Amino acid sequence: MAISLDEVRHVAKLARLDLQESEVMSLQTELNALLGHFSDIQALSLHDLEPILHASNLVNVWSDDFVAPSLRRESALKNAPVSKAGLFLVPMIIED
Amino acid sequence: MITSLTAAEIATKLRTKELSAPEVTQAYLDRIASEDEKYGAFLAIDGERAMAQANEAQKQLDAGTATALTGVPVAIKDNISTEGIETTCASKILKGYIPPYDATVIRKLSEAGAITIGKTNLDEFAMGSSTETSAFKLSRNPWDTSRTPGGSSGGSTVAVAANMAPVSLGSDTGGSIRLPASFCGVVGFKPTYGRCSRFGLVAFASSLDQIGPLAKTVEDAAIISNVITGHCSQDSTSIPDSQISISDLKKGSLKGMKLAFPKEMYGDGTDPAVREATEFALDELRREGVEITEISIPTIPLGVTTYYIIAPAEASSNLGRFDGVRYGPRSEGQGHIDVVAKTRADGFGHEVKARIMIGTYALSAGYYDAFYLRAQQVRAMMTQQFNDAFKEFDLVVSPTAPVVAFPLGAMSQDPMQLKLLDYCTIPANMGGFPAISLQAGFAHGLPVGLQLMGPQMGDEKLLQAAFAVERVFETQRKSPPIP
Repeated sequence: MAISLDEVRHVAKLARLDLQESEVMSLQTELNALLGHFSDIQALSLHDLEPILHASNLVNVWSDDFVAPSLRRESALKNAPVSKAGLFLVPMIIED
Repeated sequence: MITSLTAAEIATKLRTKELSAPEVTQAYLDRIASEDEKYGAFLAIDGERAMAQANEAQKQLDAGTATALTGVPVAIKDNISTEGIETTCASKILKGYIPPYDATVIRKLSEAGAITIGKTNLDEFAMGSSTETSAFKLSRNPWDTSRTPGGSSGGSTVAVAANMAPVSLGSDTGGSIRLPASFCGVVGFKPTYGRCSRFGLVAFASSLDQIGPLAKTVEDAAIISNVITGHCSQDSTSIPDSQISISDLKKGSLKGMKLAFPKEMYGDGTDPAVREATEFALDELRREGVEITEISIPTIPLGVTTYYIIAPAEASSNLGRFDGVRYGPRSEGQGHIDVVAKTRADGFGHEVKARIMIGTYALSAGYYDAFYLRAQQVRAMMTQQFNDAFKEFDLVVSPTAPVVAFPLGAMSQDPMQLKLLDYCTIPANMGGFPAISLQAGFAHGLPVGLQLMGPQMGDEKLLQAAFAVERVFETQRKSPPIP
């Protein structure tokens, strides 16, 4: 299983990474090296084995429903690169 | 010298008034100021704030309300949120980020009167095993400054090994506490998954991440664990507290203890000198009455592959939040999606991009069953095999790492070689098991760590055994050649 340059570009698009062409090339080499190592689990026969998603044995953890103070708006906005009128400001998404 | 004391010794001297809290904090701040240029352990220091905390701690000491950590400085890995102190994860994408809240472990440390002495260097977002992927600086091993301290909690480990903090916090996703502990000859403890709240730990791979201490002694590791563990309503995977008895810790005996040594723990990449040092250490334990049985856990060699599917998959999702909207710098672009993609391309370093890419690929349509699902099946099988071993044996023992600390830059050309460093540590994260690394010998003049692993929730028994093992190696224990 090998990954093509076009696939690298496609995955980068899914991951929202605007990669330089040189990075696309080097990542292709690295990903293929890693995929080569992944072959050790491809060969196993695992059909019915139940996968585990977590090391935790907890199920259905409930917490009490109560009103408590949360982060203040100005604290939440303090690290934003751009904010306006108490809101995070993002580039326009819908054209007028 | 104050800075060569253990946390337990400092706490005692503070209570007997032999030392004062401001004096202790000042001694560490002075040492960091004079020595850290050589070691590169710290990313941020807030001396004023630390001294203010020390003055508060002294009030508690004077009032007789001190706890086991009151007035003791603690260094914090820079992926753990500290209100008011820059927290970057050693990434340009979080440069300038000042958390508006404390991580639960930080809140607990503050409530116990501990002093936050500074934030320490790490591999960017904890992704690496040598602290070399940090966007800001290299950290150096106090045993030989031309070598890596290991990673990803390299800065926290160096801080302890070079006497710039008596104890520190790290995080461990695939070995990031235990590997640097092994390379720097200190104690590194990863508690059972869920024992420490992850609230405020910047998420890497949520099903594997666990906060834990780095320390000079097992006793110090236990003292700090007792403060930071416990259920927290903001992390639903955190489990109810069960304190480790420090007095019972010291009563543990090795006689009749049954340890399992999985033969697969010597992988292809094991340095023969590390193997020799490990065998020597195991023989010493046998002489103390420990029964060590060689067993087979066939899934161990699949750990690295499994990890490099599961961890990047979770990371690709967790790191989606870095989009230049709520924190971090924002790059220029045409429209929202382009701004996000350029912000992330400019802000993340190469290793982080590589892991986001592999994770996105492994989760994408058509590949999910082949990679992610299979990896989770192998994870289930590995966990079962370890659980079976724990039915028959008290603990599992192995080297912590297949090699000793290597020269900085030596593995940058071979990313796969670097990934194999976590070969022996990954299984504990996969199964959520507690595990600890202790200095237990030397190879090439550098420390070799011995790893002990216990069943889930077996932290107390594990630390008792570790305390007894530590005493066996006490006479041959060495400290790095630091001023």
